[in-house]
Amino acid sequence: MFPIVLTVHVLTLCVLVGTSMMVDLRLLGWTFRHVRVSEVVARLLPWTGGGFLLMIASGALLFYAAPVLRYQNLFFRLKMMTLVLVVVNAWVFHRNVYRKVADWDMDPVPPRGARVAGGLSLALWAIMITLGRMIPYQVYWFK
Amino acid sequence: MTLLEFCQWVQFSPPLVAMRSSSWLFPVIASIHLMGLAMIGGAVLVGDLRLLGIGLARQPVALVARDAERWLIAGLFVMLPTGILQFMCFATKYYFLKFFWVKMISLFLVLVFTFSVRRKIVAMADDVTSSPARARLAALVSLSLWTTIAVGGRWIGFP
Repeated sequence: MFPIVLTVHVLTLCVLVGTSMMVDLRLLGWTFRHVRVSEVVARLLPWTGGGFLLMIASGALLFYAAPVLRYQNLFFRLKMMTLVLVVVNAWVFHRNVYRKVADWDMDPVPPRGARVAGGLSLALWAIMITLGRMIPYQVYWFK
Repeated sequence: MTLLEFCQWVQFSPPLVAMRSSSWLFPVIASIHLMGLAMIGGAVLVGDLRLLGIGLARQPVALVARDAERWLIAGLFVMLPTGILQFMCFATKYYFLKFFWVKMISLFLVLVFTFSVRRKIVAMADDVTSSPARARLAALVSLSLWTTIAVGGRWIGFP
């Protein structure tokens, strides 16, 4: 059972981080420059959201399999903190820069605020992936 | 030299022995491999969803596929070197795993398919006379092969 849930968790990475990455790259002006930002967000973010729910559900099951061990794991704790930052970054973006999206919807390269949000999102995902992969290695590093 | 002897030679060559003695190098390489997975996953998903008529459906298939393919190729440049390094670390283990060979064959098939058949179908897909069923079939073939590769990747990683 555990390997199956873990496989679902890893595969959902493609949906969650994959689609989020495409939105982030659009915000940076690195891809789909001819497509409206609002269209990329409207069409791809539902997939990111679906991936997020599946990630939380499978992640909760993985946590539930060994709650104390995970709670004591340094990488797990850092990963959860990074998850909070991911959510805060997305929230701040939607509450601020994205409210005025009509002003820069067609811009091949969006304004600075949007680029910062996209870049932060990419960096935070990379950190989260690394921390997640490190979770089983705590025993080797801290004996 | 047989393939198994080659695997033994790779795994026990001095640089690889040195690499395995590091406690952090393997998980760092595996993490970069996972970032490549996310990048390929996103690129494949956006392209194949478009072929299925979902996602960026208002845009021409050719335009979506062109941008997506760039990130697919970038993802391959991350995936292949980190994947080869991971194979070299435990070559003799992977040699005996059926799923490793399933993964490699699927990878070969999907690369050939993506850069020949799928490319051709993408190029024709915006033509009003082209068959949407063929585009959907290409997307499903691509998605199922990539899924097999990803599942295989997770499965061969278990101790």
